Amino acid sequence: MSDVVLKIEHLVKRFDDQTVLKDISLTVREGEVIVVVGPSGCGKSTLLRCINALEEIQGGKILLNGSSVSRESRNLSEIRQKIGMVFQSYELFPHLNVLDNIILAPTKVQKRSREEAKVEALALLSRVGLLEKANSFPRQLSGGQKQRVAIVRALCMHPEIMLFDEVTAALDPEMVREVLDVILGLAGQGKTMIIVTHEMQFARAVADRVIFLDEGVIKEEGEPDQFFDHPKTERAKEFLRTFTFERKHTHS
Amino acid sequence: MFSEMFMKLWDNGLIQKGVWETIYMTVLSTAISYCIGLPLGVILNITDKEGIRPLPLFNRILGLVVNFFRSIPFIILMVAMLPVAKLIVGVSLGNKAMIVMLVIAASPYVARMVESSLKEVDAGVIEAAQSMGTNNFQIIWKVLLPEAKPSLITGAVISMVTILGYSAMAATIGGTGLGQIAISYGHQRFNPDVTWCCVFLTVIIVQIIQEVGNRIVRRTDKRHRA
Repeated sequence: MSDVVLKIEHLVKRFDDQTVLKDISLTVREGEVIVVVGPSGCGKSTLLRCINALEEIQGGKILLNGSSVSRESRNLSEIRQKIGMVFQSYELFPHLNVLDNIILAPTKVQKRSREEAKVEALALLSRVGLLEKANSFPRQLSGGQKQRVAIVRALCMHPEIMLFDEVTAALDPEMVREVLDVILGLAGQGKTMIIVTHEMQFARAVADRVIFLDEGVIKEEGEPDQFFDHPKTERAKEFLRTFTFERKHTHS
Repeated sequence: MFSEMFMKLWDNGLIQKGVWETIYMTVLSTAISYCIGLPLGVILNITDKEGIRPLPLFNRILGLVVNFFRSIPFIILMVAMLPVAKLIVGVSLGNKAMIVMLVIAASPYVARMVESSLKEVDAGVIEAAQSMGTNNFQIIWKVLLPEAKPSLITGAVISMVTILGYSAMAATIGGTGLGQIAISYGHQRFNPDVTWCCVFLTVIIVQIIQEVGNRIVRRTDKRHRA
């Protein structure tokens, strides 16, 4: 078995008196692709935000390669550099062009040379088909292009794990594909990833393991085929039914 | 057509001198006010409970101090701060003292302007920067300030015009510039043409500040231009 990259133990997250995540435990091994699905408000995004210490946690532990991830960690910056996060609404820096968006953190945070970061950024951009957009500003890009740039921006930091937070939820349908293809490509290269998504077909194709989250707890966990074809819990069945459509025939 | 007084002032170059004094006081006071108000505004923004370095109690206290100075009408603040001016520049009269007053009055104003400009920066973008491991210092210099630049410049133009207005008021307790000419030669000696000339020149100065500011904003704003 390959090495454990991320280990979450008994994670509890509360907002005021509302408990959003109750006792979540999860182990992610190197090269594994975990897809987290579940109804809106079940805590999927919060889970990802906790892994990146964007949220304070009220209980349990999150360990990345054995070192604790929390807002109090002394080496928080180093830990965060190893966790690449891609957001639903891209969050590119509007005042910087595509290339500068990508190399800002590598040069300022990781203190890499501008030249070296640029070479890598351009190589990554060409891999996602956006080389000619290197000098464009975010406002000149489509949603799908922005999201591909955001993925490149995260990749350029050489993260050990990538987190995708509903990255296609804000996109027009015809742009979803180009973004998901990039993520599928990364899965093919053996990147360790946790993906929160509502695209069930994609989830099935990309996942090594599916986590079904509901009301702040992991209700079900399993291989994609098993989860999608034979969900064990009633709640998961009900959830999956919301993605299938049947036309009701009313012959008279 | 013009009064005798106007011709005398013009021939002796007093009106021209007034223009320069007004510009000098305004620009210098604005510059110093930003040296104080910009860091103050940044601190107000980042220590807010939604900021990147929340310090609620400190933020409340600093906010109260800023509000205290902002609530005092300028004309009263000037009189009250005369001893302070004397302490800092050694005199309580003339332009040097006036610049001290203007800075005291304008810095809290600038701080609030800066704070509100920084508030416009998308919280998601700041989180994205944090998620890549940037520290607070890097966020301030590489994200917050550059991101808010167009708005900061718009604020600077508004602040400068406000300070220009204040500088005219400073004439009542010994400041110079167009305000002083309008009050002592125009108003007090019944020469409306002198007053109107000062008004006209002030309007031109304001227009120039506004136009230059707009141009800089247009050039720096990368966000919306199609």
